[in-house]
Amino acid sequence: MGAKTSAAINDPFLGGDISLASLLEIADLQVQFFTSEGIVRAVDGISYTVDAGETVAIVGESGSGKSVSALSILRLIPDPPGRIMGGKIIFDGQDLLGLDEEGIRKVRGRDIGMVFQEPMTSLNPVLSIGRQLTETLEQHLGTNREDSQTRAVELLGLVGISEPQRRLRQYPHHLSGGMRQRVMIAMSLACNPKLIIADEPTTALDVTIQAQILELMKDLTRRLGVALIIITHNLGVVARYADRVNVMYAGRIVESGVSADIYHRPRHPYTRGLLKSVPRLDQPRGERLIPIVGHPPDMTQLGAGCAFLPRCPYAVDRCQHERPDLELVDDGHSSACWQRDELDKGAAA
Amino acid sequence: MPEPQTAEPLLQVRDLKMYFPVTDGMLVQRTIAHVKAVDGISFDIMPGETLGLVGESGCGKSTTGRCILQLEKPTAGQILYHGADLNRMGRAELAAMRRKIQVIFQDPFSSLNPRMKIGDIIGEPLAVHGIEPNSADRAKRIAELLTVCGLSPKMADRYPHEMSGGQRQRVGIARALSMKPEFIICDEAVSALDVSIQAQVINLLEDLREEFDLTYLFIAHDLSVVRHLCHRVAVMYLGKIVELAPCDELFDNPLHPYTQALLNAVPVPDPTIEAGRKHHLVKGEVPSPMNPPSGCVFHPRCPVAVENCSGPVPELREMRPGHWVACGEVS
Ligand SMILES: Nc1ncnc2c1ncn2[C@@H]1O[C@H](COP(=O)(O)OP(=O)(O)OP(=O)(O)O)[C@@H](O)[C@H]1O
Ligand SMILES: Nc1ncnc2c1ncn2[C@@H]1O[C@H](COP(=O)(O)OP(=O)(O)OP(=O)(O)O)[C@@H](O)[C@H]1O
Ligand code: SF4
Ligand SMILES: [Mg+2]
Ligand SMILES: [Mg+2]
Repeated sequence: MGAKTSAAINDPFLGGDISLASLLEIADLQVQFFTSEGIVRAVDGISYTVDAGETVAIVGESGSGKSVSALSILRLIPDPPGRIMGGKIIFDGQDLLGLDEEGIRKVRGRDIGMVFQEPMTSLNPVLSIGRQLTETLEQHLGTNREDSQTRAVELLGLVGISEPQRRLRQYPHHLSGGMRQRVMIAMSLACNPKLIIADEPTTALDVTIQAQILELMKDLTRRLGVALIIITHNLGVVARYADRVNVMYAGRIVESGVSADIYHRPRHPYTRGLLKSVPRLDQPRGERLIPIVGHPPDMTQLGAGCAFLPRCPYAVDRCQHERPDLELVDDGHSSACWQRDELDKGAAA
Repeated sequence: MPEPQTAEPLLQVRDLKMYFPVTDGMLVQRTIAHVKAVDGISFDIMPGETLGLVGESGCGKSTTGRCILQLEKPTAGQILYHGADLNRMGRAELAAMRRKIQVIFQDPFSSLNPRMKIGDIIGEPLAVHGIEPNSADRAKRIAELLTVCGLSPKMADRYPHEMSGGQRQRVGIARALSMKPEFIICDEAVSALDVSIQAQVINLLEDLREEFDLTYLFIAHDLSVVRHLCHRVAVMYLGKIVELAPCDELFDNPLHPYTQALLNAVPVPDPTIEAGRKHHLVKGEVPSPMNPPSGCVFHPRCPVAVENCSGPVPELREMRPGHWVACGEVS
């Protein structure tokens, strides 16, 4: 309902000059799952852009559609039960939703590298680490066996895995969680991609390795102009590495802006709640954390109003009947909340 | 080695070693080396206490947990639970003990059977162990457990793949709680959760700890969460404990160079602070636990290492009350 209208409002570039193209442009993307309980609007009309060399973070509630929106870029949504219902995904001038299977396969793992949330389910358990790496190289770049072997060793070294020669002969179940994730990152880097989509790339890693890997990825964005979409729950990581942040809730982007605005002047109650609920090493140890009350919504039962309403301390009458769209509150800073202006006053106080 | 405290510890780990054989050869497999995943660690956990276990990826945290759970047979050492050695128990005795020790795993997807509905995943141990033999009572208990963990009772009818990562993790907690355990090993139990739910689950773990007198071994890489939740923290590096201290003491006054590097690497949720802060990355690769460095295992990457650090292995020394550190350079 109202898909076109919301796209026009959500998405400043649609009305503007499309020829000044970003590396990736997503417009009014909609993805649904058809389940026994009803239709899940996992992604409900989101739009954003990513420029070459830019790092865009996606944060948000568990189940809010972060992974699904990222998987859609590579058309990896299982159909059935899922389907991309509408929208546009333009990558490097190509309409990804219009490509045939063969075409999208070429993009996957070559121009766009992907690091998945659950490495154990995305690494092939019956292939050695080495074979998985060399296969990617042979398939996409036509590299011969010997060269791809050399490159595989180099890649494992790059992500900080010791004794790469021996690791190449091992299978995923031989590795610790953190090492599996580093193998995934090595695979995503294998073909010198233009864009890396990293879904919780460092969740399983301890912080010194996390810092190394993120510095490595950040360095690639700076040196090679690789763009990075990073999905993470770690607000510290976002603060350190992201240029811009999209905050998702219930299938939509509810706030978007440069990092400083999001952290210092959040204009959505959900973003505010998030920032308040993290324990911080730079502050005294608190007695009890302040979570956002309640549960994420049942995605099959979203009503006409704001999806955050049942958990929102700022709600007003209007929130019940009308869903707020993402609108600019400041230069490059948008919020989807009826109280977006009130929240600004609150922040100043 | 840390001295035993006055009250009886719930769990005592003594000089635990877990070496995995590394094999070679196509037809005849022969052992050519060992991965020293856990290499002689000792610690106690008191009843009601939460001990944090942090450290480098692959340093042996999960293996330690798996040894306590008897999912691995340790190469050497003792694991005493209520003073009784788990490695020497008979099957029946062990099975009874194992019910009191539950685990919440790191990877919520691979730990849930994809072909079972959520309700059956949580209800299965209740049925198998005859805790709730009546199916109506069981359904009620499942609904209760789901609610306690912040899920809708309706979700009992779903399959794991129909849930998000965070939702699946809460199923893992509900399943662990179903056995009414006294000791829970949380292996990265909250790392996959987004922060608003993470805060709820951390509060939930704290509440459950109070309510049911639970004891936790809390394995995690998020040091802010560890600081919030734990009473004491052990820092592991390459199969060894390098520092062990009361929580506040460890974070306010880290003594081991590795612990200091670890704390420095934590990004703070504030872009302005981060923009002005220099991270001192720990240099070099993580050495292989198959071929660990001589002396202090951290010395090849250590910013303050001296010649002697590659000599004898530094023992844990008590530098302040309850604050143990294995580094010859700390005085
Ligand atoms: N295969 C599927 N079948 C049915 N529903 C699905 C499927 N995959 C995802 N969903 C639903 O789509 C929504 C979005 O899921 P998604 O995995 O994108 O969440 P997420 O934001 O990545 O969450 P998390 O932070 O927990 O990983 C959720 O409500 C989820 O239940
Ligand atoms: N079954 C096994 N066979 C061989 N080596 C193993 C086995 N299980 C674990 N290891 C090795 O033991 C070491 C410790 O692994 P473990 O999973 O305990 O690490 P961890 O500290 O939990 O790491 P992470 O933070 O990445 O989860 C690693 O080098 C790992 O590769
Ligand atoms: S629109 Fe209303 S309910 Fe939604 S976040 Fe804003 S104030 Fe809260
Ligand atoms: Mg996800
Ligand atoms: Mg582990």
